[in-house]
Amino acid sequence: MTAEGTAMTATAPATGPAGPASTDPPKPQRSSPRTTLPAPRRTEDRRRGTSLLRATDAYALLGSAAAALSLTALLFDRLLPFDGAVGFTVIAYALFLGCYALVVSFDEDGPAVRDRVAAVVVQSLGLVMVTALAFVVVYTLWEGRRALPHLNFYIQDMRTAGPLDPLSAGGILHAIVGTLEQILIALAITVPSGLVCAVFLNEVPGRFARFVRTIVEAMTALPSIVAGLFIYATVILALGFERSGLAAALALGVMMLPIIIRAADVVLRLVPGTLREASYALGTSRWRTVWHVVLPTARSGLTTSVILGTARGVGETSPVLLTAGFTAELNADPLSGPQVSLPLATFEFVKSPEPTMIARGFGTAAVLMLLVLVLFIAARVIGGRGPGQLTRRQEHRRVLASRRDAERFAARSPRTYADRDPHQSNDDPSAEPSPTRSPQ
Amino acid sequence: MRRTRERAAGAAVGAAGVEAPRRLYADPGLPDRIFRSVARGGGGLVLAVMLLVGGFLLYRAWQALSKAGWGFVTTEAWEPDAGNFGIAAVLTGTVLIALVAIAVAVPLAVGSALYISEYAPPRLRRTLVSVVDLMAAVPSVVYGLWGLFFFQSHVLGTARWIATYLGWIPLFTVDGADPTDPLATETVFTSSTFIAGVVVAMMVAPIACSVMREVFSQAPVGEREGAYALGATRWGMIRSVVLPFGKGGVIGGTMLGLGRALGETIAVYLIISPVFVIQPHLLQNGTSSVAALIALRFGEASEFGMSALMAAGLALFLMTLVVNFAASSIVARSRSGAASDS
Repeated sequence: MTAEGTAMTATAPATGPAGPASTDPPKPQRSSPRTTLPAPRRTEDRRRGTSLLRATDAYALLGSAAAALSLTALLFDRLLPFDGAVGFTVIAYALFLGCYALVVSFDEDGPAVRDRVAAVVVQSLGLVMVTALAFVVVYTLWEGRRALPHLNFYIQDMRTAGPLDPLSAGGILHAIVGTLEQILIALAITVPSGLVCAVFLNEVPGRFARFVRTIVEAMTALPSIVAGLFIYATVILALGFERSGLAAALALGVMMLPIIIRAADVVLRLVPGTLREASYALGTSRWRTVWHVVLPTARSGLTTSVILGTARGVGETSPVLLTAGFTAELNADPLSGPQVSLPLATFEFVKSPEPTMIARGFGTAAVLMLLVLVLFIAARVIGGRGPGQLTRRQEHRRVLASRRDAERFAARSPRTYADRDPHQSNDDPSAEPSPTRSPQ
Repeated sequence: MRRTRERAAGAAVGAAGVEAPRRLYADPGLPDRIFRSVARGGGGLVLAVMLLVGGFLLYRAWQALSKAGWGFVTTEAWEPDAGNFGIAAVLTGTVLIALVAIAVAVPLAVGSALYISEYAPPRLRRTLVSVVDLMAAVPSVVYGLWGLFFFQSHVLGTARWIATYLGWIPLFTVDGADPTDPLATETVFTSSTFIAGVVVAMMVAPIACSVMREVFSQAPVGEREGAYALGATRWGMIRSVVLPFGKGGVIGGTMLGLGRALGETIAVYLIISPVFVIQPHLLQNGTSSVAALIALRFGEASEFGMSALMAAGLALFLMTLVVNFAASSIVARSRSGAASDS
């Protein structure tokens, strides 16, 4: 403020003569200039801090926290018959909010106090959520630490290992194989049909497409056990197949299908309309536009939606429980015999009261979670870009393809492509670059 | 292309004589017609699968439903082979668990969605978004393990505290708990609706949070800056711009979470100890849910018992369908839903 103040006083003499100027116009030939620029006397000025964080805020927070902690300790220790960590935390937090509001209200008005308290509440809710979720994950990995270091855990099945055997015998190879086979079969079914359906929703609009979209959206909340029940009722009871990995894969597919369609539908809707229109304007047919423009543009997003659907499918227990049965042996044939998956193995392990089995259950859950984590990171890496954005390598490939095209066109016409007579080339159909020939 | 052009020219010549409106006709060509029918077929296939799920469940459930009649909705017991079965108890249990889950998850989800979209530093934001989305993909059996082996043993003291001091509220009453007896066992507090609900809440909170965050971050910048220009604090801006704009997203996210909570099987199965009476006391040992009932009984079910389980599954399916339809129509009607698909 002081710097601006001095600037104002310094410029005042310059604007002062503007009043009498109407009667007495200033002469430009005057020896001393009327306008004086303020001298650059900014040496003692400090740069203004734009940070919203002030020291007093930190003091208020710390002071309220200290006050709340000591008050709660007093309450719990001396005054009231309470105990337990959860109660302590809840009461301390409530007291902290009260203290903080009081401290802030000493030098702020009502809206500012509400703003501060709301900021604290929102930030602590976010913190609670992230900590709680991170804790669930870390807890599982921590409890799985007893089973995970054993190599046999990954390369043996539970055929020879009983509940009382130590962790150095038996493993979850059968569950890993089962999960991989089931999810691959489910993907082989859901990816083509899901993508075709998503393309249908976007490219063939109409009343039917709207109806299908409504149904698909409603089915995203299909309980997984109902999907399992459906496959159990149709494939196993009505068609008479035995419980197998294939039935489990079908159940997972029914569950994953609406999830993948919905995510792919959203991604396809993000493809810029101008790209499609440019393609149509070049005379391209509809399916060539979809195949060469829409799908490549949305490729990263489509991959992400498939991977996220896979992550959901991998972790589902109940469809597999109903349709695949349970076995302790390795069964690599998805067409016959019961086949177990990672979440189902976890579930069966922890139903046992034996500590080693529970440790195996946690180990299986940790392996499952690592699998989901890998899938998720893959989805983030691939899907981090918007539709149409290319990596460096893709861009390089695109440039090379375009150069090849130019050479090919140049080779086909006797003259160079640029200075060709347009009228002549229209009459000559062989020189016309057909849009259907352009490689992608 | 050429064929189309010739045909259009021919139509123009024919129309020149008579004053009939020109019929616009574009021949899409054979490949396009194939493409269209394949796409339509894909859509129809998916639709058929989805309708089959409901249709087949109804067909299979009909045997049990026709025998039980309206008693299916009002009976509490589940003894299908004795002819005495209904979903009154399991449906109440399902709804109560879902309501507890929503009551815990929604404040958490709204708070963390607001934190991520409004308060978090921009550099942290991307990480937080990834973390929350990852949590939505964590398998439910992992949450079940956490609830069974960690949360249950640590929450019993709190449950006892609530039952002791708030036991006069009918919802929190626990039969058989004696606060004056210092040696009383805590087993009456295990496997309760409350514990199952909190574990399910941990599962659905990230899902609800990611929907809400998506909507909050779409609140128009102009209106945000308008609020600031009028002198609003950050909270004032959130209350007058972000929350009204994202109301549809909040409700939609809540309903989406509710749909997931209703259908959750394994986490609930691991925690509860099933009883087949209506159990309105949240903290009391023993509750039940439709999904857990199916997972529990399908192995030993007779043919008629299977039909009864299908009927229970159908009821669950209809309930989640209604919730989800409500959610999508609320989101579509809200202001934020008009522009986004969340």
